[in-house]
Amino acid sequence: MKGMWKKLWLLLLCAGSLSLYGCHGAKEQARFQIPETFDETKSYEITFWAKNDTNKTQTNIYEKAIADFQKLYPNIHVTMRLYTDYGRIYNDVITNIATNTTPNVCITYPDHIATYLTGDNSVVPLDPLFADEQYGLGGSDLRFDSPKAEEIIPQFLEECKIQGVHYAIPYMRSTEACYINKTYVEKLGYTLPETLTWDFIWEVSEAATKKNPDGTYKVNGQKVMIPFIYKSTDNMMIQMLRQKEAGYSDQNGDIQIFNDTTRELLSEIAGHAKTGAFSTFKISSYPANFLNAGQCIFAIDSTAGATWMGCDAPLIDISADKLVRFETAIMEIPQFDPDHPKMISQGPSICLFNKKDPQEVLASWLFAQYLLSDQVQIAYAQTEGYVPVTSKAQENPGYQDYLSRSGEDNELYYPIKIQASRLLMKHTEDTFVTPVFNGSASLRDAAGYLIEDVVKSTRRKQTVDDAYLENLYHETSALYHLDQTGVSQGAAGKGYLGKLPLTSVILLSAIGAAWALILLTVIMGAVRKKKRKEPADFH
Amino acid sequence: MKKTIHVLTALMLVFAMSMVVLAGCAGDDGDKADEPETTAEATTTEEAAGQTEDAADAASGDVMTHEQYVAAALDSKVVVETYVQAKQSWWEDKATVYAQSEDGAYFLYEMACSEEDYAKLEEGTKIRVTGYKSEWSGEVEITDATFEILDGSYVAEPEDVTAMLGTDELINHQNEKVSFKGMTVEASKDAAGNDVAFLYNYDGSGEDGNDLYFNVSLNGQTYTFTVESYLCDNTTDVYAAVKNLKVGDVIDMEGFLYWYEGVNPHITSVTAAQ
Repeated sequence: MKGMWKKLWLLLLCAGSLSLYGCHGAKEQARFQIPETFDETKSYEITFWAKNDTNKTQTNIYEKAIADFQKLYPNIHVTMRLYTDYGRIYNDVITNIATNTTPNVCITYPDHIATYLTGDNSVVPLDPLFADEQYGLGGSDLRFDSPKAEEIIPQFLEECKIQGVHYAIPYMRSTEACYINKTYVEKLGYTLPETLTWDFIWEVSEAATKKNPDGTYKVNGQKVMIPFIYKSTDNMMIQMLRQKEAGYSDQNGDIQIFNDTTRELLSEIAGHAKTGAFSTFKISSYPANFLNAGQCIFAIDSTAGATWMGCDAPLIDISADKLVRFETAIMEIPQFDPDHPKMISQGPSICLFNKKDPQEVLASWLFAQYLLSDQVQIAYAQTEGYVPVTSKAQENPGYQDYLSRSGEDNELYYPIKIQASRLLMKHTEDTFVTPVFNGSASLRDAAGYLIEDVVKSTRRKQTVDDAYLENLYHETSALYHLDQTGVSQGAAGKGYLGKLPLTSVILLSAIGAAWALILLTVIMGAVRKKKRKEPADFH
Repeated sequence: MKKTIHVLTALMLVFAMSMVVLAGCAGDDGDKADEPETTAEATTTEEAAGQTEDAADAASGDVMTHEQYVAAALDSKVVVETYVQAKQSWWEDKATVYAQSEDGAYFLYEMACSEEDYAKLEEGTKIRVTGYKSEWSGEVEITDATFEILDGSYVAEPEDVTAMLGTDELINHQNEKVSFKGMTVEASKDAAGNDVAFLYNYDGSGEDGNDLYFNVSLNGQTYTFTVESYLCDNTTDVYAAVKNLKVGDVIDMEGFLYWYEGVNPHITSVTAAQ
């Protein structure tokens, strides 16, 4: 019997040791440590998940960047996978974190990185790499002219910081702009102000809904006119709230969007949806298509969509017979306080995923950093109304020459595209980003959902009143799990993970049962000792 | 008794430690794999609740003929009974489906649908759909819809609409299963300016797995047709067939009469012209 006890406790000890090994080994990826030198005797396969705007030129620039980089570092081979949608990249990364098959380098949004951080050491913190003398920004051992840290536009770099740590570098930046059919604005008897305001845009939009007796619109003589179309309603709500200095969320992930200002904004938007003065991309289609067909006056879209805007745009998605001639103007998004304009900063950033081999991560960093070099930055920025993220590239004579040639043609020098870039450079100080935390991507979706829902319901003749909005708040909060977000949910912003898996339930039950039995053994032992003592006491 | 309890305790601990080992090995991955499932489960529950209410509305609402559906105003509530012809995609409990009855066709965009129900939507399945009539870039569709499966089956035969290309009559067949006969593959220009028979994405910016765009002509008019990669991905015969097209090939095609700023058929079959 004694032998059996020994075997049992030995088994227990082994299981315990294995459990510790299990915890340490399989779950946790080691933190990345910068190697002292880059080992060029080995070859590295780097995967790069990139996003383009369905734009062949952008694909070509990525391909050229890879080819040029591989000439500099022949032992690094980069394979690119192309996406046209940030959401798809996000979903694929989440799936691949679970299987340790993430890409090495990935175009992404900081909101998404906050979720990626729930994986143990899955995303590489970049601050030590920035500062590394040999391979860091402007490092001594780099084979290309890399920007120094101070040459990255501070606002753009700051956007890549999550809880005090840089987990990304900016790649390109854009903001939103209002593309305007100036011809129709003036036909309606208005003059564009120096700074566009919400009051102005609503007033002109309402004026444009007037119809002729035959049902056509007075301003364009067509059967279709949606005066104001917003592409990204999440941005619309976010920017309106920021301009009003109303709550959206804070750095701790506290959700503040369900407030009275939001209610007022939604009521106003509903009113303009009711008259047909306002619609959205999700409900109607691309603002550019309506603008170019003379069926829209104010089209708000990214500056990275500038090549689609205007009847002379290099990219047009409607047939030639639908195209209408008009003068296009581009302005900042409408403001509530024209003296203190505020607009969102957006655009792709780059993050690195951790791997077992630190040399492979270093190779990834070299490639990511190469994407900040002037030749890549300037070439890519010229494809749309982007701006380079480094002052070094922005001040480069080649880029300055590009800007100065606005209007020379309607391709590379398409004036609306170059004006879009200038708009962001002029207003970089006026840009902002929203707080990043695990769940901030859901909050962003929810912000857009509020507007989409109100507009759809209004069009469907439903009454949008206080009761409706109260219900919408509850519904939206539940739909996007907004009561389960935030950094307070755990380390690195881990959020609600759902019900415990069956294995965990069994495990916890077994531990509970074991403790109960231990307790029972102790109690029984004490009782027996007492029982054994009691008779003695009586003798 | 004491020994029995000791044995039980030790066994429990061994079991518990073993579970820790298992959890340690698979834990992180398992936990993360569970995350989307949790979300999906929650969404399904919410949508299932909504679906029941809407199904009740549908049951009390009048089922429309296709003619009544066409006559209904945009943004109005519609109820139709129809038959699944092809499933385009399922994502986050939303299904996009081509459906057709004997009197006309419907495009059901992002209809509330659990993954389990999506599996039941086989070709020919009869469904009652309650949603809103909407229009997006010329495509008339039913959005924010719910559905229930009914008894019955119907698979539409493709209607030859070749002669209607370029006419006002064509839009009357929007979303229907159609065929085109004897059309000639025309060159598209890739980014380098080369003549090619097809492009990945509209401008050649994509790669294998993305939508395929190709031009076909009839009587001097050229039209752009698409293999929509969600409807027919790169493992399908039609995807392979389009990748093998050569400029000048004369082909027959079948597909669904989708609309995007004009006719933009989603092709499901390409064969050499008979």
